[in-house]
Amino acid sequence: MTQSTSVQPKKSFLEQLPSLTVLGPLIALMLIMILFGVLSPRFFTGSNFSVIIQQVMVVGVLGIGQTLIILTSGIDLSCGVIMAFGSIVMTKFAQDYGIPPMLAILAGLAATTLFGFINGLLITRIKLPPFIVTLGMLNIVSALTLIYSKSATIVVPPGALLFFGNTFKIGETSIALGVLLMIGLFIITWLFLTETAPGRHLYAVGNSPEAARLTGIPTQRVLLVVYTVAGLIYGIAAWLLVSRTGVGDPNAGQTENLDSITAVVLGGTSLFGGRGMIFGTLLGAIIIGVLNNGLTLTGVPSINQRWITGVLVILAVTADQLSKRKS
Amino acid sequence: MQNPKTVMQAKNISKRYGQVTALDGADFELLEGEILAVIGDNGAGKSSLIKVLSGATIPDSGEIMLDGQTVHFRSPIDARKQGIETVYQDLAVAPAMTIAENLFLGREILRPGFLSKFFRLIDKKKMLQEANRHMQDLKIGIRSMQQSVETLSGGQRQGVAVARSAAFARHVIILDEPTAALGVKEGNMVLELIRNIRDKGLPVIIISHNMPHVFEIADRIHIQRLGRRAGVVDPKKVSMSDTVAVMTGAKQPADLGDGLLIA
Repeated sequence: MTQSTSVQPKKSFLEQLPSLTVLGPLIALMLIMILFGVLSPRFFTGSNFSVIIQQVMVVGVLGIGQTLIILTSGIDLSCGVIMAFGSIVMTKFAQDYGIPPMLAILAGLAATTLFGFINGLLITRIKLPPFIVTLGMLNIVSALTLIYSKSATIVVPPGALLFFGNTFKIGETSIALGVLLMIGLFIITWLFLTETAPGRHLYAVGNSPEAARLTGIPTQRVLLVVYTVAGLIYGIAAWLLVSRTGVGDPNAGQTENLDSITAVVLGGTSLFGGRGMIFGTLLGAIIIGVLNNGLTLTGVPSINQRWITGVLVILAVTADQLSKRKS
Repeated sequence: MQNPKTVMQAKNISKRYGQVTALDGADFELLEGEILAVIGDNGAGKSSLIKVLSGATIPDSGEIMLDGQTVHFRSPIDARKQGIETVYQDLAVAPAMTIAENLFLGREILRPGFLSKFFRLIDKKKMLQEANRHMQDLKIGIRSMQQSVETLSGGQRQGVAVARSAAFARHVIILDEPTAALGVKEGNMVLELIRNIRDKGLPVIIISHNMPHVFEIADRIHIQRLGRRAGVVDPKKVSMSDTVAVMTGAKQPADLGDGLLIA
């Protein structure tokens, strides 16, 4: 027995290649971009990329919260409307009550975090399915948003609320500061998920709750923290939304609700939980942004954009389902 | 010859669920360096006994001692802190995670340094090395610790679950039906693994319905009947049919002669 104990067989290059669930969205994105590049001369321009990046920003950040939740084999149907409520709190506090913008932002973050916490409590304490809890929350919060704002759009005072809408230029493309924030959040989340013990526990809770519990992981606490942190992330998305649009819009968040789930699924994260990568979600958000932008540029009516995104989601879920059946 | 030390002992354990008496003054003893099989008919109180020993159930009365010290388990976590590891029947592994991750799940090795402790940064390299070393120690022939558990066969998965317990147990390993879901070859592989663990000095309690496996591997057999211990027999001196007869009540323990170690 002279075998060395520390030698790990090196993985071959082929084994190291990411699986098709990771490569798939990347290839899809490149194909879509080539297609739009051919169809519209305005697609590959710096100013057009500015538009796309601005759109990706909000869905991308929402998608981070959504990814954390879906990794635990949950789902959040209320993320977009929670964000809308947060943006109303931020703008109303600053504009109507004259509270300093930074405090108004904190109030908005607190409100969205509270909604995430309530989602988490209902799921962990009363053991309700996440789908039902967040479906209920979707209706409750969207009504609350309309009642609180009296269905009126709120103008934003200049200052901190618009901070992440400020742009800088790289060549022809102007990039909002919010994009940097989004990228930063993705990197932090990636480090959390891959390098920390709680991050690995999150995967374990989604992959096999029973195994996680038996190894002593406090599964219910993990879930409660995930939903609460997701709420906080939706608050950050609310700030970005206000920065981008310059208003508090009570009707915002309707399309972002499903877009965030679409981004996660397109990015290869499994709806069954426990499998997926955070950067896949960024890729998914970019695909949605490019698709919407390209279809608009090529003159496709927005009704068609919606069914095309729908088909994409079903395709992505099918791929997920098939890969699960195989293993 | 010096008598082997008693590692774990339970005296006069009782547990009632409403009208049902699961344990009725049961005794239990595990000796140093042995594999003790616990057998019994359905309803004999075998799982109740094991649940008490692993901390999953709190007994109504009775005493549990570990190395001569009285202990009180309020949860499986308490038992685990005392170095008692339990492998449950349904393979408790996370299939999408790697072998190394599964071995250290919930007990990750953290990187040194204050900041690493604060952020709970895991030391992947060290966990991988430890996983390799440990699996080789137990002679489990799995090449890469970086493959996900779902790529393994049922026996190999059970091997991972058992190895995880062996890595952290300081006193006792409890295995609940470790060969139940496995084929012949895989079952033998797991039996071999259990022997390796015993030979490393860790006593093992194994619950099984599989009599050939019990007789192949056990040093002593604890027969549970009607909520109490009917006796402990030596599998080298008592036949399988006599053991089963005592288990079902067809024979009295006293009929077994000198193969009966404790009545």
